[in-house]
Amino acid sequence: MNTPVPVATSKPWITGAEPPFIRISKVTKRFGDFYAVDDVSLDIYKGELFCLLGGSGCGKSTLLRMLAGFETPTEGRIEIDGQDMAGKAPYERPTNMMFQSYALFPHMTVEKNVAYGLYRDGMKKAEAMEKVAEMLRLVQLTPFASRKPHQLSGGQRQRVALARSLVKRPKLLLLDEPLGALDKKLREETQFELIKIQESLGVTFIVVTHDQEEAMTLASRIGVMNAGQIVQVGEPPEIYEHPNSRFVADFIGSVNMFEGRVTEDEPDYIRLGVADLGGSIYVGHGVSCVLDQQLWYAVRPEKIRISRTRPDKTENVFRAVVDEIAYMGNISIHRLKLPTGRLLSATKANLTRHDDEAITWGDEVWVTWDDTAGAVLTR
Amino acid sequence: MSAVIERVAPLRWTAALLAALGLRGRTLVIAVPMLWLLIFFLVPFLVVAKLSVSEPAIAMPPYLPLVERDGARMTISLSFENFGYLFDDPLYIKAYFFSIRLAFFSAVLTLLIGYPIAYYIARSSEARRSVLLMLVILPFWTSFLLRVYAWQGFLRSNGVINNFLLWTGIIDQPLVMLQTNFAVYLGIVYTYLPFMILPLYANLVKLDEALLEASADLGGRPLPTFFHVTLPLSMPGIIAGFMLVFVPAIGEFVIPELLGGPDTLMIGRVLWNEFFSNRDWPTASAVAIAMLIALVIPIMILRTAQQRVEEE
Repeated sequence: MNTPVPVATSKPWITGAEPPFIRISKVTKRFGDFYAVDDVSLDIYKGELFCLLGGSGCGKSTLLRMLAGFETPTEGRIEIDGQDMAGKAPYERPTNMMFQSYALFPHMTVEKNVAYGLYRDGMKKAEAMEKVAEMLRLVQLTPFASRKPHQLSGGQRQRVALARSLVKRPKLLLLDEPLGALDKKLREETQFELIKIQESLGVTFIVVTHDQEEAMTLASRIGVMNAGQIVQVGEPPEIYEHPNSRFVADFIGSVNMFEGRVTEDEPDYIRLGVADLGGSIYVGHGVSCVLDQQLWYAVRPEKIRISRTRPDKTENVFRAVVDEIAYMGNISIHRLKLPTGRLLSATKANLTRHDDEAITWGDEVWVTWDDTAGAVLTR
Repeated sequence: MSAVIERVAPLRWTAALLAALGLRGRTLVIAVPMLWLLIFFLVPFLVVAKLSVSEPAIAMPPYLPLVERDGARMTISLSFENFGYLFDDPLYIKAYFFSIRLAFFSAVLTLLIGYPIAYYIARSSEARRSVLLMLVILPFWTSFLLRVYAWQGFLRSNGVINNFLLWTGIIDQPLVMLQTNFAVYLGIVYTYLPFMILPLYANLVKLDEALLEASADLGGRPLPTFFHVTLPLSMPGIIAGFMLVFVPAIGEFVIPELLGGPDTLMIGRVLWNEFFSNRDWPTASAVAIAMLIALVIPIMILRTAQQRVEEE
């Protein structure tokens, strides 16, 4: 149905060149009648930065807590580096976790917080202090070593939490909304720092987040979760451009979704009759479907072009009136009203600082998109 | 609120009058407890302080007035002999040390017993917590005196415990428990346990579960987690509970009187004897004032410790 994703050799999830590092097989977690995690199977490879993405209550945190050992699966099996984790307490696992609230010990200095895990393993003070100093250098907190957590800013606390969870060089680092408490600007900076640290240490990361932008920036692969289940696993571009369901298309980014019926089904194209558009959508590749089957078509706002003049093509061209424009700086989001009353959103990059010819409120425009711009969805 | 005051005439007049006197709502709110403390704490304290520097006399009341007026002459006679007397007779010093020691060990025992209870309650489910807290407070619903008398029934030689032990054959002669220091410890720990549990519970229930998880995650087994995370973070609760037990236990009178023996030399009993048996009000007042001074030092030490812990 979708165009194939190019195969890269450094991606074990495609090549199968190495066994998975973390094996989650058929894991279910029930709280009473409620299925927090429902029959999840997932393989994660060494050195990955895997993002579990989903809304609140989708089970992503429960899955993370089962990996850390704070919850036990009702059914199923979790393996880390070939070891079955069943019956292993958190302090016996080769994992460390960075908590959403950071959970820094308020009565200890930064240095002691970071050294805590090393001391619990019986490490001598001199050796521990060396490792702590090295870790604090990595997160650029050396001058704050003797401060208490309440004397630090949010960003600094976040870095202490990261240092504390990394100092033991866990096989697997679990991060629960690691950037959630930071403001937007700091979050963007920290994202790249996090990737840099992950790459330099080679530790496998599993990040739980509800922020799809964060997942896109950080992840080698994303697992989208909904209602306790993993609905799609893939690299960020795959998830964004080739969502496998209406839920994923809708959850990641914004999207214009159309419901239609197959009116023509040929090997190299199909046509969908869409009542909302008062016309049909031409899809420039074959789709395995039958005539008159109900399908959905998802096209992202940035794939839609708007112009005053009629585009030089016949397919996927519609008339519309500009209903609303939201100026975002780098782009402008246009809300367009079709003659059927259906609203459509389209973004336009603001390529120049000032445009006399700019499309404005109430303008009659032409709307079009390429015949491979959208995703055809069966569910 | 202010709208109501504006509309009701008497209220409006009162408000206007108070405003004219420079009294605002905030001052009035503070004034009530201040007045309470003034009447029921400061004034009696001054009376006792005055008594402690008066000279005893066989009279009614049993002391000589401080201020004597003889025509135009006014004599103020302050007698510090009562305080000197406290140092002459080793009985008082002994009683002070005994009281402080007994109060200290009682507080330590209450802490050792109360901590696990408070911890258990704080870690219980919310519905269960309120039931357990009720049980902790339940003894307050009966008179304190009655409960201490009940212990007499348990502890005396033909009491419940001895009868049971004799019946089972574990002992063939009744144990002497009543009128011993053991009974006093038992009584104090039993009576003051809720005062230890409640502040400890209030502290432990606030303890962030994520901190315990973080410790476990970093390799901390349950016991090291307790000593490195839970215990240091519950220090404010420990100090508060300790103060609530230690301070009143020093001056405890009823428990040593009812459960203690002749060698239970508590300062509260000494004071009672001076006041009621010897009718030596000035010496009794001096004992009380000296106790207050002796108490202020440990309280201040605990207070500063508490403040330091809380700052962290």
